[in-house]
Amino acid sequence: MAALTLLQTRGLTRHFGGLRAVDGVDFDLRADEIHALIGPNGAGKTTFVGLLSGRILAQSGSITFDGRNISRLPAHARVAIGIAYTFQITSIYAALSVFDNVALAVQRRGARDLRRETMAALARVGLEGFAAKVAGTLAYGHQRLLEIAMGLALKPRLLILDEPTQGLANSEIESFKTLIQSLVPQTTVLLIEHNMDVVMDLADRITVLNFGRVLAQGTPAEIQANAAVQSAYLGADHVGA
Amino acid sequence: MTPHPRKIWALHLAVIGVLLALHWVLPAYHHTNLARIMVMSVFAMGYNIAFGYTGLLSLGHALLFAAGMYGAGLGGQYLHLSALPTALLGTLAGAVMAALIGALALRTKGVSFMIVTLMFAQAGYLSILYFGAVTGGDEGLVVRPEARVLAGLDLAADTPRYLLAWALFGLAMVGNLALIRAPFGRVMVAMRENEDRSRMLGYDPYRTKLIVMVASGLYAGAAGAMFGLMFGYVGASFATIQYSILPMLWVLMGGAGVVLGPFIGTLLMFYLIDISSSYTTANLFVVGIALLVLVLFAPRGLLGLVRDRWLPWLP
Repeated sequence: MAALTLLQTRGLTRHFGGLRAVDGVDFDLRADEIHALIGPNGAGKTTFVGLLSGRILAQSGSITFDGRNISRLPAHARVAIGIAYTFQITSIYAALSVFDNVALAVQRRGARDLRRETMAALARVGLEGFAAKVAGTLAYGHQRLLEIAMGLALKPRLLILDEPTQGLANSEIESFKTLIQSLVPQTTVLLIEHNMDVVMDLADRITVLNFGRVLAQGTPAEIQANAAVQSAYLGADHVGA
Repeated sequence: MTPHPRKIWALHLAVIGVLLALHWVLPAYHHTNLARIMVMSVFAMGYNIAFGYTGLLSLGHALLFAAGMYGAGLGGQYLHLSALPTALLGTLAGAVMAALIGALALRTKGVSFMIVTLMFAQAGYLSILYFGAVTGGDEGLVVRPEARVLAGLDLAADTPRYLLAWALFGLAMVGNLALIRAPFGRVMVAMRENEDRSRMLGYDPYRTKLIVMVASGLYAGAAGAMFGLMFGYVGASFATIQYSILPMLWVLMGGAGVVLGPFIGTLLMFYLIDISSSYTTANLFVVGIALLVLVLFAPRGLLGLVRDRWLPWLP
């Protein structure tokens, strides 16, 4: 094995009634990479990362994180061993201050100076000027950034981002890309993303899901050249780009 | 994030100080009332910790209060303990009862949690009646005079009664303030605001809420024990549904999630009933109108309104 594998799934399966949301997925995530998970709507991406983070329990198959089987570990315990998850639909504490939102993440991992480290985490996404504001009054783009700041403040080994750029302005997307690139190698990043420019710029490797199964996996160049992926998902304008 | 720690402590210590000063000022009738109100406020503070801060809407707190009361009362009656050990026994009984109920009821949420806690409390009330030979049934027990002497002070007398009620109140309020200003207090509020998010920040909702229930039971138990000792009577009526609803009303009236809310709510509700019943037998009608006005104009309670409008730093 060339690179260290941080997370591995084997035969991971979750059906909802007749819907095979995730259907026998074998997946390897290398330490220190930025890995993008793409696929058409309903391909099972959110369910898949839900299984990884523990929000949903698997029906069968295994998840190994850093050599340890975590398939039955509850979600909060997975956070404690370094798996952070940010929600697709912004999930912040709308009634609490921006400071308290991030402080909750900072104090969970244990901080010597809560105030300083919380402000540092806010500064990382450029929200340090909003610390005293009530989180629910922030603009949508800022709420997305706050959500990411909470994930980062946990100092996770694996950060799972579910459509982080959704609803961000172009200028915000640029600074988001810079931010994510600054995380490696301390943090491994797994992101679900629909914006192909973001995916192609950021990802070291890409996994394509379709109907709950892995359709293809490889570097951005390999994925772009893959005929099956082209027909299933990308569309003509990306071919040969 | 509260940048006003001095202001906050000064305000709460001032309230505690004023209550002590009132001991030398109040006429006998109000003196006894206030002692009663302070002890009931401790019960309400316990309810506020669970409901106001953590969002646990329990309908079974009467059982925790009764556990404290009977823990103290039965300890005095059958174990012949003096007041200090019985008070501690009662407080402990409240916490243990909360842990037992919580361990089961916290597997549910929302309406189910309300129903399960209500059922436990009803089962507790009926058990008190069923074991009437021990508990005195619906007649209750009169606490033996010897069991009402705490540290040489006879709780049947006005002065020690007031001062002990005040001491318990002060301790409870300082404890409450310290709890919600600690990192754990932030986690309590986080559970109330967004449990799913809190889980994904690595906090175990079940564990957090169980700790909160035990803390709440500690308050309810201490209040129940002290109330039984102060007024020399332990009775099944304190385990009825009414005593689960009352702390909720007190908290809602004063302001849920505000440290001073339970005291203000208890004080107002007590005097609302006291004053209105001197004019009319339909005093509950007056209480109903007061609650309607509250829901219409201050849905977050009186201190909730004060916090929203004028004092955003009020914890």
